[in-house]
Amino acid sequence: MRQTLAVISLNLKSIPRRLGMSTATIGAVALVVAVLLGFQAIGNGFRATAERSGAEDIAIMLREGSQAELNSGLSRDQARLIEVADGVARDETDNGIISAELYVIVDGVLRGAQTEANLGLRGMEANGPAMRQGFSLVEGRMFSPGAAELIVGEGVQREFLGFELGQEIRLGTNNWTVVGIFSTGGTVFDSEVWSDLGVLQNLYQRGSSVQSVRARLTSPDGLERLQAYVENEPRLNLDVQTEAEFFAGQSSGTAGVISSLGWPLSIVMAIGALAGAWNTLYSSVDARAREIATLRAIGFSGFSAFIGTMAEAVMLSAIGGAVGTGIAVLFFNGLSFQGLGDSFTQVVFDLSVTWDSIETGITLAIMVGVFGGIFPAIRAARMPILAVHRS
Amino acid sequence: MNRLTLVRKNLFRKKTRSTLMLLSIAIAFLLYGALGAFNQFWEDPPQAPTRLVTLNKINFTQPLPYAYYNRLQSVDGIVAASHANWFGGYFREPTNVVTTFAVEPESWFTVYPEFDMPADQRARFISDRTCMAAGAPIAEQYGWSVGDRIPLQSNIFTRADGAEAWQLEVCAIYTSTADTAGAGAVLLHYELFRETASFGGNSLGWFVLLTEDAALNESVSRGIDDMFANSSAETETSTEAAFNQAFLEQFGDIATILSLVIGAAFVSILIIVGTTMVLSITERTKEIGVLKTLGFRNNAVFGMVLAESVFLSLLGGLIGLGLAAGLLAGAEAGLGDAFPPIVMTVEIIGSAIALMLVFGLITGLIPAASALRLKIIDAFSKG
Repeated sequence: MRQTLAVISLNLKSIPRRLGMSTATIGAVALVVAVLLGFQAIGNGFRATAERSGAEDIAIMLREGSQAELNSGLSRDQARLIEVADGVARDETDNGIISAELYVIVDGVLRGAQTEANLGLRGMEANGPAMRQGFSLVEGRMFSPGAAELIVGEGVQREFLGFELGQEIRLGTNNWTVVGIFSTGGTVFDSEVWSDLGVLQNLYQRGSSVQSVRARLTSPDGLERLQAYVENEPRLNLDVQTEAEFFAGQSSGTAGVISSLGWPLSIVMAIGALAGAWNTLYSSVDARAREIATLRAIGFSGFSAFIGTMAEAVMLSAIGGAVGTGIAVLFFNGLSFQGLGDSFTQVVFDLSVTWDSIETGITLAIMVGVFGGIFPAIRAARMPILAVHRS
Repeated sequence: MNRLTLVRKNLFRKKTRSTLMLLSIAIAFLLYGALGAFNQFWEDPPQAPTRLVTLNKINFTQPLPYAYYNRLQSVDGIVAASHANWFGGYFREPTNVVTTFAVEPESWFTVYPEFDMPADQRARFISDRTCMAAGAPIAEQYGWSVGDRIPLQSNIFTRADGAEAWQLEVCAIYTSTADTAGAGAVLLHYELFRETASFGGNSLGWFVLLTEDAALNESVSRGIDDMFANSSAETETSTEAAFNQAFLEQFGDIATILSLVIGAAFVSILIIVGTTMVLSITERTKEIGVLKTLGFRNNAVFGMVLAESVFLSLLGGLIGLGLAAGLLAGAEAGLGDAFPPIVMTVEIIGSAIALMLVFGLITGLIPAASALRLKIIDAFSKG
């Protein structure tokens, strides 16, 4: 044991002699880890946003089989049936707390790219805002019923042009006034623009039709009661689920696709870094051939030479992993990003470097060290004692 | 034994090391080739220069009135026009998404002349409204062949008669002779869609037009958009290329991400190969001394070391590009459906080879310079 420790410290102390190659290995491993974490941060950020968005005590109803609000369609009569449904909470005047909503896609202009991108415009009833947990008006006021007024999510204001408070904005053929900025604490709703349902139906010639109905549930068993009600009501052909289930069932959209590229890319790059580690350690073993042989000659075991080289390899790659994690946290964590979500509109979210992905990244780095070190370490262990005489 | 042989022998004297360096370089160029091709496709999607698309100005998901179709054809410079509706199709399970357009078949094939199928299949599809035409990739994906009856469902529309699905016969399977976006879609008759869908049949999704000449694109676009200005449904007409590009950009800032990854890969490989080259020349100090003693000039030694690194870089790089080509061919088989094939263009291959030369020169420069400066006396005095 003492032997091994002594050899490890010899190995580590000799690293500065190969500063160039050791730094190269550290740098290569760091870039691999940074790339992996960066890509995972895109997927994780998106998922975290979607998970935050759904409430357990809100039911969302869409036409059977439509899966997304964009594809769904309900009549006003159907919405009114839900208002009196079993399982739906009532307000002081004994009306069901529901919000019938219309969701249309409009073109907004992205600040960064200056190109048009799909933006979700949601018309909702008076109960709508309060049914989003964490909703608050950051600036301005609510839209007034019947007026062409908008309140704008924080994410939209951050990524899209022209949604400043008090400004008039033209979406398609209509002019709207921005009267408020709202936040829902980083949910997907922050990427939407809201208006009064009636106004939107009117301007977009949708008659009295809506696309989804949200309802506040009375109690945990409210969902089952509501589902039973819908089942027994022939005029309703709806899928009923909690908002939390709805968002859990959404794909991660393009963010997920981009994120899934992370693994193949970082594995390919890791092979490159492996080659670097391999070279560095072979040259470390070669450079210390006489030293290793001397140690063997005075009674140190081959095993300690093996461990010494492995320790050097893992040390270098672990430093690389730590540097890479640092780069990822510093540059990617919290970065605002936008991508297409399931409803075919832009979802604005913050990149998130999670502990899970950091663990994976460090594991990958150490794997590079282990595989990069093993063959050079075997060579060190088998170093013939006669190498002492090699010039 | 000429000098090139000497370069080659030197390069492969340590087989493990050379293989590892080749591998690293190959990986950098594999990423460059594959991601570069992807990026190019993203930045500059394939296009027909005289094809325009007209959409609702609010957003392409908003419908347009049916009457526009006839009115728009009066604009000067249009040689052909067709229209399409997004059908939201799926096959058996909602997750089996089938890109489906409800179109007017005859004019659709006029504005997309590159869609190719046997003449009898084409005639059958055009004349029978219970027929569908499927792009070859999607037919292959689900194992459809001509004559099969396919139940196609929609996640947007329902049938007015209450039936679950549209039973359609696969009458034609078409391929595209050009890299067209949407060449994998399933096509069905707009007339059938209008008569059977419970709603949505009286409006159109978008128009596709061919102009006489690309120089007329501007005036035709303006002519159409002016015609419908200040109406309840204003239009936005652009070239197919501009539309495709805007559509792809919605997916996020892919180009920047890809450039960053390529950059990171190159930097890391550059430092690895660069330091290894320095090491391998330092190890050979004595031999270089021998060469110089034998009368090799300084410049010749400089050239030989540089040739070694350039040769290494070119060999590794070409292996990498070969791997990239294989990967893209595999990805094409996997992506299928609506994506046109992604290939490495001549520009990408050209710039990759230029990069290989630069890479070889940079990694070789420091060791070559130290070989150049080396004095014979120093070469032999070292350990």
